[in-house]
Amino acid sequence: MTQPLVTVNDLRIGAVTDAGRKVEIIRGVSFEIAPGEIVALIGESGSGKTTIALSLMGYTRTGCSITGGQITLDQTDVTALSERKRAALRGTEVSYVPQSAAAAFNPSKRIMDQVIEITAIHELMPKAEAEAKAVDLFRALALPDPEHIGHRYPHQVSGGQLQRLSAAMALIGGPKLVIFDEPTTALDVTTQIEVLRAFKSVMQQGGMAGVYVSHDLAVVAQIADRIIVLKGGEIQETGTTEQILTHPAHPYTRQLLAAFEPVPHVSFQPEAKAVPKPILEVIHLHAGYGAIRKGEPEIKILKDVNFSLERGRNLGVIGESGSGKSTLARAIAGILPPYQGGILLDGQELRGDLKRRSKEQLRKAQIVFQLADTALNPAHSIEQILGRPLAFYHGLKGAAREARVKELLDMVRLPANLRHRLPGELSGGQKQRINLARALAAEPELILCDEITSALDTVVAAAILDLLKELQRELSLSYMFISHDLSTVEAICDDVLVMLKGEVVEALPAARMSAEAQHPYSRLLISSIPQLDTGWLAQLEQDLTLVAQFANR
Amino acid sequence: MPKSLLPWILVSQRLGIALLTLVIVSFAVFFATELLPGDVAEILLGQAATPEAVAGLRTAMGLDEPAMHRFVGWLVGLAGGDMGTSYVNKMAVSDLMGGRLVNSLRLAAVTTLVSVPIALALGIGAAMWKGSMFDRVVSVATISVISVPEFMVATLAVLIFAVWLGWLPALAYGANVDSWGAMLRAYAMPVITLSFVVSAQMIRMTRAAVIETINTPYVEMALLKGASRRRMVLGHALPNALGPIANAVALSLSYLVGGVIIVETIFNYPGVAKLMVDAVATRDLPLIQSCAMIFCVSYLSLITLADLIAILSNPRLRR
Repeated sequence: MTQPLVTVNDLRIGAVTDAGRKVEIIRGVSFEIAPGEIVALIGESGSGKTTIALSLMGYTRTGCSITGGQITLDQTDVTALSERKRAALRGTEVSYVPQSAAAAFNPSKRIMDQVIEITAIHELMPKAEAEAKAVDLFRALALPDPEHIGHRYPHQVSGGQLQRLSAAMALIGGPKLVIFDEPTTALDVTTQIEVLRAFKSVMQQGGMAGVYVSHDLAVVAQIADRIIVLKGGEIQETGTTEQILTHPAHPYTRQLLAAFEPVPHVSFQPEAKAVPKPILEVIHLHAGYGAIRKGEPEIKILKDVNFSLERGRNLGVIGESGSGKSTLARAIAGILPPYQGGILLDGQELRGDLKRRSKEQLRKAQIVFQLADTALNPAHSIEQILGRPLAFYHGLKGAAREARVKELLDMVRLPANLRHRLPGELSGGQKQRINLARALAAEPELILCDEITSALDTVVAAAILDLLKELQRELSLSYMFISHDLSTVEAICDDVLVMLKGEVVEALPAARMSAEAQHPYSRLLISSIPQLDTGWLAQLEQDLTLVAQFANR
Repeated sequence: MPKSLLPWILVSQRLGIALLTLVIVSFAVFFATELLPGDVAEILLGQAATPEAVAGLRTAMGLDEPAMHRFVGWLVGLAGGDMGTSYVNKMAVSDLMGGRLVNSLRLAAVTTLVSVPIALALGIGAAMWKGSMFDRVVSVATISVISVPEFMVATLAVLIFAVWLGWLPALAYGANVDSWGAMLRAYAMPVITLSFVVSAQMIRMTRAAVIETINTPYVEMALLKGASRRRMVLGHALPNALGPIANAVALSLSYLVGGVIIVETIFNYPGVAKLMVDAVATRDLPLIQSCAMIFCVSYLSLITLADLIAILSNPRLRR
């Protein structure tokens, strides 16, 4: 066997918390990477996958430090180097493709200057030569207008293009190892495909080794040779991609794979009512942002949206970024008053503006936002957070309120003693449960869920979906479930609306979605979802004109 | 609209707002001084004046015209460069102000030249080596300087440098300023005192602005490309912190024209601030109004300039 390019031996990384406590976040991790091999680090948030990947560059984030073990990169002991020598490795021997290229490009500098900066820092080649090499890389990464795209500023190109440009930035110094840190997580599914394809082809051409950090097994299956499954800073299982996908040995790996199994949604049937009055009806809804001139806002988002949601049923709204799905939720919730059209809640006409709706109407429809981190006031205890809607809608005080807070916590399957904590002291999944409990406190009939599982790890997200279903049975709720993720929508919804650029392009039952979707954009969306099959990307054939027409590039 | 025009449209909008602010401020200044207690005519004529004499003087000075009328006349005069005539000594306000303004501006300019580079260097340095000994020393020093009132600094400076050591003259004005050395000596103490006062704020704001940009992913990315800390801060963080830094600098410097009365008094420096305080004592309305307008104009132009820098350094507006 050839000499491995990277050897990591019993790596330990410690962190000092804000309170000054020392914790070990990587606990004795060992693995090897052969030249030209792509190894995936798979795990949930907090598993230490990014920390390990960054340590291969001799870099740890503020507050962390390598406390033990050895990292050898091409026979150099990275852990023993001085900071100056480590800096000399970065960009030349090992380079980095960031999670969000949109954030990793300096907004005030031209793309080309940033792409070739590595050659300037390490004095690798003259500027003209570096620019020529960059243009070659742009071409290899299938970027449009490779000659001139470098002259633009980062905000002038799309997210998918920026992500490929960041790969060019990583490859310009001719590294032996490239670290991909969740490079497609922030992209839409239709964009993800071509970015993955571009990465795969340049890596194969250059014969470079790679570390691909991700939480998404299906994405990793397309690009990695070997997979390392991490949890809590320890390796759970290592194996070839094929082996991990088909014969997972470790229970945790099986759990990860199980989250991919489609869960057929069994529709919830409330006691039959004489006349099933829809809980929510939306008629010719138009909404937008910006200054209003002649009764129409400057930027129109929603165009003529119509649907109705029967009591006890769930409606999924899917679409990619910019499709207007969140705007739809905001318009129904009254945060963004529509400029045309009507919203009927339980047969009653809703005023556009939140302030002009009655307390009873407000109580019936609650919204749960995507990021519990920003939706929960970090300075309020859980008891205060849940107590506020109880006091506002039901006038509960003192012991009665406390009892109800405990009940709500029990409803979302959290222990009652959590109520004295602050949001910052909870895990991501717990915070999202609190976020949900706050909506339940109003005793609503309809809950608008805006991407509530998108920021969660797959296993945690699956648990939240189960909770939503249970709550629906107990409380006769109806959900409007907004997501970009088809499988999530399929798992919980009865009907699906597919949105594109502010319009509903197709409405159909969720169960028959994959089989019967007619609209070309719906088909494109469905076909773009990565499958747990190593050959999926290679075999995928998409109509390029269709892609060009619909995808956000 | 063509995209290349966008920054210039924003710039002209910002200038328009500055002009509008100036008109509103002049209105406020004029009517606020109208509210000052005491009557000029009575003060000028002294206690022995008869009511007829006071009324006569009021008519002669145009004080009995409606306030709005006088305001418009004053504003038109200002726009044409005519700041009116002092009530007290019948000299043109512009003549009274001229030399004083030059003095104030000179002091402000020298202080700016000294304090801005030092403050920026210290602020950026503290951000670059955040948490280091250097950073801590700078932080402690700036906080102590902010907490010590300027008359303390000025008095201590006089006590140490002029009285005990005898290195520098205690009075800034009237000293021999023929040679460069003498001028440096004359300006040293007021400039040191003022620099202390204005630098502390600039250092803290610069440090905060740079640290904020250092924590962004694109600066971490620069580090992962192998950039040194220096390159990371100066090349990547600083250009994106320009807007807030320019605003902090402008706010601090605006203090140099109007807020230096204590320093001017202690060092017996004949600047505009001292002139204004004297004018208040004699109810010399045209002089007070003109001084107030000078302060407003300098403040407004600094803030506007800072905003223009922020607008033009925003890459999203560039082509």
